[in-house]
Amino acid sequence: MKNMDLSYYPGCTLKTKAKNFEDSAIASMAVLGVNLVELPRWNCCGTVYSLAEDDLIHHVAAVRTLVRVKERGNGRVATLCSFCYNTLKRADLLMRNDPEKRNTLNSFMDEEIDYNGEVEVLHLLQVLRDDLGWEAISRKVKTPLTDLKVAPYYGCTLLRPQEAAIDVVERPTVLQELLQLLGAKVIDFPFSTECCGSFQIINRPDFITERSQAILGLAQRQGAEAMVLSCPLCSFNLGRAQNELIQRDSSFQSMPIIYFTQLLALSLGIDPEICGFDLNFGEPRSLLESKGLIT
Amino acid sequence: MRVVISPQKLHGDFVRKVVEVSGQNLNLCYQCGKCSAGCPMSFAMDLLPNQIMRLVQLGLEEDIANSKTVWLCASCLTCTARCPKGVDLSRVMETLRLLTLRKNKDYVELSKLSPETIAELPQIALVSGFRKLTS
Repeated sequence: MKNMDLSYYPGCTLKTKAKNFEDSAIASMAVLGVNLVELPRWNCCGTVYSLAEDDLIHHVAAVRTLVRVKERGNGRVATLCSFCYNTLKRADLLMRNDPEKRNTLNSFMDEEIDYNGEVEVLHLLQVLRDDLGWEAISRKVKTPLTDLKVAPYYGCTLLRPQEAAIDVVERPTVLQELLQLLGAKVIDFPFSTECCGSFQIINRPDFITERSQAILGLAQRQGAEAMVLSCPLCSFNLGRAQNELIQRDSSFQSMPIIYFTQLLALSLGIDPEICGFDLNFGEPRSLLESKGLIT
Repeated sequence: MRVVISPQKLHGDFVRKVVEVSGQNLNLCYQCGKCSAGCPMSFAMDLLPNQIMRLVQLGLEEDIANSKTVWLCASCLTCTARCPKGVDLSRVMETLRLLTLRKNKDYVELSKLSPETIAELPQIALVSGFRKLTS
């Protein structure tokens, strides 16, 4: 059967620091029957959704990307980066629900076709759960992640605000369900929706270390061997802080930070080279080797 | 917390500006404290988010300006998700930052970051950080 095409918006970080996220996602989706087709002429989404009523200019970058999708004519776009997902999704909701701001933005962007909310913005986890379905994915699993104990970590932007949430805001299960069907042991992790401190990394990196200690520490106490997530900023914050946490307390164990698509790729039997584990924090290789998942 | 309230300190125009830019009805807040209970950055704040809400209701502009709280907000939206009165605190915090940033004052400076740090940070960290903390 021929693979289905799905428009794909990478965003800036997926082309550099999180190339491992992109490569493992594209390879996995191809095996699952979906070609992620990168949008032509995409630009940065702006990374954060503007929260001021009178600040419309910062919606332009996101809306322009939605116009690019609309021009393709298929009406759906998949994202991987949690920040991009949130920004594009909220920009789409604004254009759907606020006629006055929609008119202002469309008239301002007069060289583009009008955007009126014609595009469905999806995160890849939604495509996996809602388009493909867990059963179809589990039939393709070749190497179950047996004995791998993981903490699912959602962070903020997949779940908040409510209208942009891909799952139940306070008690999401989508990552857990995916990881379980891939054969991993998912630990109970009450901090799975806690914020890592986000962009405060450029202002107060010391506070990010505090947040990371709380989040990683609880995951470790609950028995997790790795943290699985979807956000390149969470990955950086929770990963980088570990150096200092180890220096501060020798009993602190480093914890691999892994994108969910990397584990998906491994379980689908995709070459681990494609997963690019060299870019990960917390040295996932030795853990995955000890479980016989890579050699 | 001890706050001195005097007619000279209450700025009605400030309150109107916050309402206009945030789009929020500030009077809905009844000080339950749920925002502060769930705030991931509250450990580092000199004033808690619910205290900022009370100060902004009264128009105590200087007391807010003297606090670091709005600059530590990470826009995680936990408060927004949990407020029983439906106040979007993330919009109030953003407004309070913008009212300063729009006077052409930056809270962080790119030149203060080391080249190593800039090279190491993912793009979304740099773009979002400077979107939130500079004019």
